[in-house]
Amino acid sequence: MDFLQPSTWDEALAARAAHPGAVPIAGGTDVMVELNFDRRRPPALLDLTRVTPLTEWGTDGDLLRVGSGVPYRRIIEELGDRLPGLAMAARTVGSPQIRNRGTVGGNLGSASPAGDAHPPLLAAGAEVELASVRGVRRVPVREFFTGPKRSVLAPDELIAAVWVRPSAGAGEQFAKIGTRNAMVIAVCSFALALDPARRTVGTGIGSAAPTPLRATAAEEFLAGALDWDSRGAVPPDVAAEFGRLVASAAAPIDDVRGTAAYRRHALSVLARRTLTWAWGGLP
Amino acid sequence: MTTVDASVRAGIGTSPRRPDGTLKVKGEFAFSSDLWHEDMLWGATLRSPYPRARIRGIDLTAALALPGVHAVLTQRDVPGAKRYGLEIVDQPVLAIDEVRYQGEPVAIVAADHPETARRAAGHIAVDYLELPPVTDPEAGELLRRVPVRTGDPHATADVVVTGEYQVGMQDQAFLGPESGLAVPAEDGGVDLYVATQWLHVDRKQVAACLGLPEEKVRLSLAGVGGAFGAREDLSMQVHASLLALHTRRPVKMVYGREESFYGHVHRHPATLRYEHGATRAGDLVYVRARIVLDGGAYASSSTAVAANAATLGVGPYEVPNVDMEASVYYTNNPPCGAMRGFGAVQACFAYESQMDKLAAALGMTPVEVRIRNAMTAGSRMPTGQVVDGPAPVAALLARVRARPAPPPSTLDSRELPGGVSNTTHGEGVVRGVGYAIGIKNVAFSEGFDDYSTARVRLELIAGEPAVLVHTAAAEVGQGLVTVQAQIARTELGVERVTVATADTSVGSAGSSSASRQTYVTGGAVRAACQAVRATLLARVGGADLMGDKIVNAAGMVVADLAEALGDGPVEETVRWRHRPTYPIDPETGQGDAHVQYAFAAHRATVDVDVELGLVKVVEIATAQDVGKAVNPLAVVGQIQGGTAQGLGLALMEEVQVVDGVVRNPSFTDYLIPTILDVPPMAVDVLEMADPHAPYGLRGVGEPPTISSTPAIVAAVRAATGKALGRVPIRPEHITA
Repeated sequence: MDFLQPSTWDEALAARAAHPGAVPIAGGTDVMVELNFDRRRPPALLDLTRVTPLTEWGTDGDLLRVGSGVPYRRIIEELGDRLPGLAMAARTVGSPQIRNRGTVGGNLGSASPAGDAHPPLLAAGAEVELASVRGVRRVPVREFFTGPKRSVLAPDELIAAVWVRPSAGAGEQFAKIGTRNAMVIAVCSFALALDPARRTVGTGIGSAAPTPLRATAAEEFLAGALDWDSRGAVPPDVAAEFGRLVASAAAPIDDVRGTAAYRRHALSVLARRTLTWAWGGLP
Repeated sequence: MTTVDASVRAGIGTSPRRPDGTLKVKGEFAFSSDLWHEDMLWGATLRSPYPRARIRGIDLTAALALPGVHAVLTQRDVPGAKRYGLEIVDQPVLAIDEVRYQGEPVAIVAADHPETARRAAGHIAVDYLELPPVTDPEAGELLRRVPVRTGDPHATADVVVTGEYQVGMQDQAFLGPESGLAVPAEDGGVDLYVATQWLHVDRKQVAACLGLPEEKVRLSLAGVGGAFGAREDLSMQVHASLLALHTRRPVKMVYGREESFYGHVHRHPATLRYEHGATRAGDLVYVRARIVLDGGAYASSSTAVAANAATLGVGPYEVPNVDMEASVYYTNNPPCGAMRGFGAVQACFAYESQMDKLAAALGMTPVEVRIRNAMTAGSRMPTGQVVDGPAPVAALLARVRARPAPPPSTLDSRELPGGVSNTTHGEGVVRGVGYAIGIKNVAFSEGFDDYSTARVRLELIAGEPAVLVHTAAAEVGQGLVTVQAQIARTELGVERVTVATADTSVGSAGSSSASRQTYVTGGAVRAACQAVRATLLARVGGADLMGDKIVNAAGMVVADLAEALGDGPVEETVRWRHRPTYPIDPETGQGDAHVQYAFAAHRATVDVDVELGLVKVVEIATAQDVGKAVNPLAVVGQIQGGTAQGLGLALMEEVQVVDGVVRNPSFTDYLIPTILDVPPMAVDVLEMADPHAPYGLRGVGEPPTISSTPAIVAAVRAATGKALGRVPIRPEHITA
């Protein structure tokens, strides 16, 4: 197995173009597990850890651009106030050691339906910046995933960054079900983003369908049902209907981590609860 | 008359630091997986993908052709006995014409690199004819049925409660996978360095399979990364030795985590059907029970597990009429055998669930009904055996009940169900409290000749008295090395004690199992020290050893210890037995089967998110009688660890097997408790001496695992009102 170690972004893109079978590796928290279990034997690994710009983030207009190599720990520490939903999800990833290594770009690259970063990115309406020697494109996260562990990422492309609008205070929430209280892969997860300025609702569902997905009907229902002017308490029947619509958007299965019926039930509960927290926390 | 010098530093009753502690914390401890030898080869195992199949042929050509491969062996290459087993010799070293469980070893490879060995294993072409697996134990072949009957089989009662309970397949989940190094010796034998629980029983089986006399198979204990019963059976011992003898090169084998799930036995899954009858006043009249254990593909220690389940199956209660049967069956599921608690765990979940049901039916509290029926010293077990040591069942329950209740949880997510996953800010959270108590036999039972051997040498090193303790007892993380040194210090009054590496150059110590090593090897070390002392005293005509002086009967000093040792070291080897046990009657289960009984009680306080089915154990209060805490800190560690393992069974730990196939052979999906799952524990250690045991001590390791599971389940029931007849509890059991 070859080990490609570019030190600049241009070299990385060139290497990716020249070795389309090479598997990009950042924190290695997914890739190394796959290799150790002998589930894949790529001809080469493309190590991105020396490409310093990938580990940077900054603002561009009213958007944040977060490099794909920023690890979860830094998202929690440095972006927790601006991207609270993503930071809450980052907090639930693995152990401290994993959070030091794992990156949002790696999460997207694996495109697992259980990836913890995906629901908050979906809810926030984020975009993924993809680059190749051919150029750069931005794909909405909701169009990024095409199937279990599959995405629109072309064989010559690398994930450069995610673009996301900073949240309005506590308008973002993330919650995840696991059968232990830490270090667990999601049985299901849910992210919610309320944008009082635009009066929009964003959602993201994890581990309850072949891909992470939005609950579009639930978003539309809630955006219309919330009393954005008075900010009065969410009526219980609105919360219940929102929960029902979120659950019905999922397409879960029975597996070792839980049953389909439980996942739907839990999503409806998480949708109701996160709605209460997000609404109550709006500035 | 001899006196025990209680003043010596770091003797029994103190908590000297364990020699492996700092090394383990710093990652510097050498585990069996760290063994290395110049010129060594790496072994790998080809395992069956099917739970049941006939083997029509094996083609090794492609594997042998791979560069770097030194040997590819099948059952044809096993020179001695082709099968082994702890109780019944039924398990093939390598599959013979058939495979009976998924993961059964079929062929082994030695190569110059571990990856080459694994690839070569993948190049072995096995022609399998798949057969439908037997996965329902009651459709399988009976391995052993243990009835225990006493009193009137047709007894009736005013208040009757029945229940069916299920226990899932728990894994020992030790962190150090099966591993070892076999080095071929010039005499045609093999030196094997391995992590195990009982060197001599390994040696006996390895020698038989290699067709070698036992003295040509020499074992040394390598660094053990946990055991919990999973190292009682052979794993890679014969395989590595075969490859080493075949290639004339040292061969190392290390299982990966996934392979480890196939490399050792698990806790028996069980279905337990119970009926309890009591008077309206709350006195137990009868217990009827049928326990079905899934033994899996090979016997391992199943027959003894069934005996434990049956003989301990009513719990620590006085019951005049008992009709109990525990049956264990062969299936094509993963083989099951020893795991901490050993049959008592499954039974305790059922009988304690029943006691709660009975309390509810009687309008009593769970603790009231238990204390009312609690056995005491002098009580008679359903086997007829009289409990002739302390049995502080009521006292243990009263102690955990009297503990102050833990405060309400704050809204810190780490204190709430779901932990840092942010699933509740208090919504749906209901507190529950549950109690349980369990009983466990200590040491080997049913007439087994259970002994340990200790060699103790007292000598001068650089003019100072020093003691060398040598036994074959396996330190598996429990702290036995420390305990052996403490006993030698106390018995001989010499502070400088070294404990030699356990190996087969000294006699058998028996297994580090059944909560027995401090009792039995501790007893052997004490006896060997006493023999050394007697020899030493005889040498100078002394009557007693007082500190570093030897005195005569009149109390006059006759020699310094150093002077007495000037003539050379004193060394004694003693084989020590606990008092005998007896077989049980095969029809009635009557007999004095057990050496000693041990008891622990738990009170669990949980917060349950009743809408999501998530559980946070808030606190566990536990009380255990240990007779004598030889090392109080280690005792508390055992109690905490055992309690955590019981928590795992209650809430998350299960090897999920469907149609004979393991669906979660990894720590990604076989979940064990983390620091956010294990609560603060209030540990209350009682020391009520057992007059039959060395220093009055009582085995410690297993009791905490037994009753923590039902206590936690009882607490979850109290919070949710759900029946919860199965462990581990899954969220959907609570929300359904």
